[in-house]
Amino acid sequence: MQAHERVRFEQLVLPHLNGAANLARWLLRNPADAEDVTQEAMLRAYRFFDQFRGTDARAWLLQIVRNTCYSWLEKHRVMELRELVSEFDEAAFEHPSPNAELLAMQASDRESLSRALEALPARAREVIVLRELEECSYKEIAEITGIPMGTVMSTLSRARRRLQWILTQPEGTGTPKTR
Amino acid sequence: MTHCAQSDTLLHPYLDGELDVVRAAEFEAHLAECAECSAALVGLDQLSRTLRTSQLHAPASASLRAKLIAQLPQEDAPPRRRFSWLWLVPVAAAAILLLAFSVYQRGTSSQIQAQLLDAHLRSLEPGHLMDVISTDQHTVKPWFDGKLDFIPPVHDFADQGFPLAGGRLDVLHGRTVAALVYTRRKHTINLFVWPEQSTLPGGDASGSSRGFNWIRWQSGDFTYYTISDTAPADLAAFMHLIEEQHQRP
Repeated sequence: MQAHERVRFEQLVLPHLNGAANLARWLLRNPADAEDVTQEAMLRAYRFFDQFRGTDARAWLLQIVRNTCYSWLEKHRVMELRELVSEFDEAAFEHPSPNAELLAMQASDRESLSRALEALPARAREVIVLRELEECSYKEIAEITGIPMGTVMSTLSRARRRLQWILTQPEGTGTPKTR
Repeated sequence: MTHCAQSDTLLHPYLDGELDVVRAAEFEAHLAECAECSAALVGLDQLSRTLRTSQLHAPASASLRAKLIAQLPQEDAPPRRRFSWLWLVPVAAAAILLLAFSVYQRGTSSQIQAQLLDAHLRSLEPGHLMDVISTDQHTVKPWFDGKLDFIPPVHDFADQGFPLAGGRLDVLHGRTVAALVYTRRKHTINLFVWPEQSTLPGGDASGSSRGFNWIRWQSGDFTYYTISDTAPADLAAFMHLIEEQHQRP
């Protein structure tokens, strides 16, 4: 890679390192693994940087991070992946009980919020992380995840409903063991 | 309870700012009449705000950042060619002279550059970012009173997407400067300001180092230096906002 390409990489892609690390953290649910995979994804992005033609370097990078995470899960935690990619059954979460008090209490605690997010299926978790923590637009979410633009909204809506449902369960019963 | 169809299709895009103006206005009219949708909106808004303010965002550790920068391959070695080295002697001599001269010229500039990057990194350590925390320019500006021998210009650019977050004092090259903190989406922007016009060789400049972009410029009686991991285009827009403020009477 030429020197000016490296400079361009440092200007356009490296600034999104925090977003990359964050996405990996929530997709893998383990900080140590996430650090390794983030590093791998960044180096991969660097290798393929000459193929980047678009304008949205963040979406391009996060797409690589996501793919690297799923490849890693396939290799190391295949059972988890099988569970993760299966469509989640939202029927049970159609109408979260309006237990606002419990919601407020659990949501005020970073630990239970983090556990609730981790209890979401990967498909739901990634759209929540991209929308709420990375503040991506629907268009960017579609680009990163490969979900059709028209499906982003319904995926997000189901994910939020499910998260509300988990947060309104009494502690310990709302977070089904997934590991 | 009858289930409102609009809550399935419009509630989330409305909350996420994905509706165009006309459809947003239509949905607001609907909200005023539909108890189900307005209750759902309150719940979703609460969830969204909780997630954003709960510090769940897990940025890269300093060690990962350092490891990565060390691992990025250096530029490719130039292809080997066969040629006589002799003609290089006068060229090299001239180059050394030129280099010596420019190093002499740029010595102070690159020292300050390195100090500013250090100051930015230091500010990102927990608890180091701000001494006065306020989004109100009328709180931040007086805070500097008596702490500095100059009055830094302080403006909030929340409407333009760069909200003021606070300020602190920092020391650069032996002098105390004002450091203003702004945010751009998830990115922290440091703006260092000090009264100086002539001692920085090179004048206005911009660049990037270690994944941070920076711009330095002089305007009025001040030297400005802004640094952030936000995109270069964002940083340039930020600089123009400050410049526009200057041109106002």
